[in-house]
Amino acid sequence: MFEDEEENIPAISQALNISLERQEYLRKERLGKISVRMTQILLLVLGLVLWEIMADAKIIDPFITSQPSRIVKTIVQLYKEGVLFYHIGITCLETIVGFTLGTLLGTFLAVILWWSKFISKVAEPYLVILNSLPKIALGPVFLVWIGAGPASIIVMTLAISLIVTILEVLNGFWGIDQEKIKLVQTFGGNKFQVLTKVVLPASFPTIINALKINVGLSWVGVIVGEFLVSKAGLGYLIIYGGQVFKLDLVMTSVIILGVAAAIMYQGVVYLERLLVKNNDLNY
Amino acid sequence: MNAVEVHNISMKYQSLNGEIAALTNIGFSVQDGEFVSIVGPSGCGKSTLLSIISGLLSPSSGTVWLSGEKVTGTSKKIGYMLQKDHLFNWRTIWQNVMLGLEIRKAVTQEAKERARILLKTYGLYEFKNRYPDQLSGGMRQRAALIRTLVTDPQILLLDEAFSALDYQTRLAVNDDIYSIIKKENRTAILVTHDISESISMADRIIVLSKRPGMVKNIHEIKLSCSNRTPLTCREAPEFRHYFQEIWKELDVHV
Repeated sequence: MFEDEEENIPAISQALNISLERQEYLRKERLGKISVRMTQILLLVLGLVLWEIMADAKIIDPFITSQPSRIVKTIVQLYKEGVLFYHIGITCLETIVGFTLGTLLGTFLAVILWWSKFISKVAEPYLVILNSLPKIALGPVFLVWIGAGPASIIVMTLAISLIVTILEVLNGFWGIDQEKIKLVQTFGGNKFQVLTKVVLPASFPTIINALKINVGLSWVGVIVGEFLVSKAGLGYLIIYGGQVFKLDLVMTSVIILGVAAAIMYQGVVYLERLLVKNNDLNY
Repeated sequence: MNAVEVHNISMKYQSLNGEIAALTNIGFSVQDGEFVSIVGPSGCGKSTLLSIISGLLSPSSGTVWLSGEKVTGTSKKIGYMLQKDHLFNWRTIWQNVMLGLEIRKAVTQEAKERARILLKTYGLYEFKNRYPDQLSGGMRQRAALIRTLVTDPQILLLDEAFSALDYQTRLAVNDDIYSIIKKENRTAILVTHDISESISMADRIIVLSKRPGMVKNIHEIKLSCSNRTPLTCREAPEFRHYFQEIWKELDVHV
């Protein structure tokens, strides 16, 4: 999310003995960056402190709003009970399975639609309707069909991410320069070779991008799924805490969720840099 | 026997809005080792003609013969150069050069050796592990030509192969590619809308009419310059003469 590549530029410029003007420019840039980061941290600390003080002074009711110290206590308690990482683990696992499966299956289906003009034309209205349908409405259906368990949750995440992936990747396939395809054909390449030599490698950045979108969608699917069916996971903790009016548990779970989601997103961004390097270098 | 013989080719494109005649009764032949250029106003079906010769498209009527063999699909005799180099960003120069061989499942030690020799001869061997964006436009075009030559085609089809380059690079690449084609002793058909380019490179120029394209005239290019390269022969006194004549035939109205 944050670019930190430029961090080492001032050091390099000093080593190269770059003009004063440039040093001044770089110093200003650096200063601007630091002040943004400082303000961000300050806002966070200020918010937390204000929340804590207002709850302590009973200006807001900590029973309803919880408060930072109670959240810390809840985390410690969950950890001591040995269930903290159990719940986090289950939710993360379901999410990872969800977006991996969503991306792979979506890409596979996109390949089929790309391969056959006929199938893609037939599928078009169904895709449009499925795409606009709020997939969460299908939750109870999955619950009845598949049963109250992780399988239902993963199907829920697939329902949310699959259609978007298909459309996104298929658009990527169709957007490939026809001349690149023609090049493979001039060497006598068949359709399968067009797929493996051009279409898939050229769409690799698109597929990774779909993966990134799916990470976000999978969190939605998993939490909704857990709301509906589960006996474990962060979504379960949120729903359970709400039902027994333990807002501390709800807030704690939401905050852990936020952190886990951010870390996972960063992980995928890192993965993208690693994988798309060869591709991206050359644009 | 002629390297390429085109007999009475006609091509119609079908669409729901109607039928478009792209080419009518095109006929010409190209000798072994000859460099022929096809010029014509835009939309006259030049590129369609090349696609038909290469076997990528089948014509509505007529036949193409390559050294006496009837064209029914893509042929190993043909090497096709497109407007842009279309080197794949995700492949190194070496991997790009091997693309055609991979597709034809012809990656042999011999073929690899041929690729190495071509890369060395045309100054790209040190760059074989680089990615295309690390090369200049001219080098990329050369790499694209090597990718074609490695499959050992007898006939090269150049479809506006230089028009994506800026003017100066283009003149340099013209010289470059021309000398490579002559040195490797290949037959070439160049499609272009650039009259000067076609005069400077071709032994013969076929002028097509507006759509539907027909052969309007064929010029035998004889330039009085010793040691012919595309750049030097632009100085030849006849150059301007050919230019005027072809320009008139193209009948351009803006």
